[in-house]
Amino acid sequence: MIEIDGLTKRYGDKTAVDQLSFVVEPGVVTGFLGPNGAGKSTTMRMIAGLDRPTAGTVRVNGKHYPGAAAPMAELGILLDARSVHPGLSARSNLLALARTAGIGRRRVDEVIELAGLGEVAGSRAGGFSLGMGQRLGVAAALLGRPQTVVLDEPVNGLDPDGVRWIRLLLKSLAAEGRTVLVSSHLMSEMAQTATQLVVLGRGKLITEASVEDFTDQATGTGVLVRTPEPVRLGQLLAAPGITVVNDGTDRLRVAGITAEQIGITAWRAQLPVYELTPTHASLEEAFMQVTKDSVEYHAGAIR
Amino acid sequence: MSAITRPGLTPAPMPPTQTQTQPPAPATVAGPVTQVRVVRAEWTKLLALRSTRWCALAAAVLITGLGAAIAASGTAYHVSAGNSAAKGVSASLLGLLFAQLVVGVVGVLAFSGEYGTGMIRATLAVVPARLPVLWAKLIVLAGVVLPVTMLCAVAEFFTATAINAARGGSVLSLTDPGVLRTVVGSSLYLTVVVIIGLAFGALLRKTAAGLSVFAAVFFVIPIVVAALPQKITGFAPYLPSNAGGVLWGSPLGSAQALSPWTGFGCLCGYAAVLTAAAAWRLRRGDA
Repeated sequence: MIEIDGLTKRYGDKTAVDQLSFVVEPGVVTGFLGPNGAGKSTTMRMIAGLDRPTAGTVRVNGKHYPGAAAPMAELGILLDARSVHPGLSARSNLLALARTAGIGRRRVDEVIELAGLGEVAGSRAGGFSLGMGQRLGVAAALLGRPQTVVLDEPVNGLDPDGVRWIRLLLKSLAAEGRTVLVSSHLMSEMAQTATQLVVLGRGKLITEASVEDFTDQATGTGVLVRTPEPVRLGQLLAAPGITVVNDGTDRLRVAGITAEQIGITAWRAQLPVYELTPTHASLEEAFMQVTKDSVEYHAGAIR
Repeated sequence: MSAITRPGLTPAPMPPTQTQTQPPAPATVAGPVTQVRVVRAEWTKLLALRSTRWCALAAAVLITGLGAAIAASGTAYHVSAGNSAAKGVSASLLGLLFAQLVVGVVGVLAFSGEYGTGMIRATLAVVPARLPVLWAKLIVLAGVVLPVTMLCAVAEFFTATAINAARGGSVLSLTDPGVLRTVVGSSLYLTVVVIIGLAFGALLRKTAAGLSVFAAVFFVIPIVVAALPQKITGFAPYLPSNAGGVLWGSPLGSAQALSPWTGFGCLCGYAAVLTAAAAWRLRRGDA
């Protein structure tokens, strides 16, 4: 479990993380989302004790991580595929980390196989592609079989096979009861992997919700209704918490009520219905909606 | 909205009760971090790096090889009233002026190499207490430099003495006054130098900056100061390389040199202060 309370990090005048509080529960994969510069990586570095918070606290499995007796049993972290020494082989890189916790060569070879690095384990890490470096970084995070795993953009640079590997790996880690926090900009991948979300914007918490609740509250989630009586049906459906939008045709977009309930309402009023289609915002649409005000770096329009 | 089906999306989150009934995660394989374990980790890194072997070879060539070459050139050395045995040994150890740069590079790179490559994040993430990493690097570097340079210096002494004797010069002995101190002192000097290099690397974090400062302090400044009028260079004996150089009779030493062990103590003082500053910086700031 990761408990973050009032976490703040300032670099000079710039506030990278601002009064952040959230909890990452064990047993599920939690996605960590936010536009570039939202403070995700800074938060992850503070979780690992690499950056010192300006204010607030981070607890990993209930403990202050830098004070943990066996850090590798508590937390495994991938911060950057380039957190390796290019002059050392993949195996030496892992072995050097393993030694600090008395982890033996057998476990090192195990994670090398697990990460699919068997054939290049003896090669200098400096010659690795981004994807290989990423696999090495994930292998390092798993070395100690940690209770909590934090991965910053693990699928970055991975081939489709590697992306699938990460997805299955994260789910199996969560199924073992571990805490899994993972950031990614690939929303479709996140939608398939994560069940909980923490969304940041400009260093602040935007929302903390399940993937389902997050997409439910986004525009675009609802029911598309086609009826020759859009005005009458719209009046019947209108209620607090329910939004009905008629675009002047025979279509209604209804949110806040299920297709079943709309069908029953129409049937009771004896109104014909041609179409009744649940629609759902994708995670990407939902993400764009909640973060559009907090995007730090907008791309210009293509001219 | 729970009745809506959404192809492509994950099922609803598991209720909290399910978390508690999950099988316990396989036991961790990670034990506590101890200083001994961190030393082993740093030893693993140093031994696996190619640059370590190159630097050890370079030091051997500069100390032993250059020493033999000096003994074989010029006139043979004769011990007399003004030319002590120790002075002759010091003269053949001239290569130390360059070997100290190699040793300094090894020291600086131990930290700056990790900051430059990003490995420091991995290192400090698994040793979040941080200071054990500094102590481990210090122990490993000193533990390598001391025996390696000691071996080189002793080999240099016997080689140079044999060549000198063969060319008709005096036969120098380790038991002659100050000779043992000069030979052993050259190794002690380089061991403290590597610690100072390590501290520079940890303080400056950038390889270029660390090497520049190191070369300035141990090579450029002593030479410049030696060329300045004596009236304004009263501090010269206290420069790290001059203070420590007295122990092995560095040819760059200043006129009002400290006594050998006082000078060496002064050098150790610099190392201690710089290491304390490095520890403070490592412990306090962001990695």
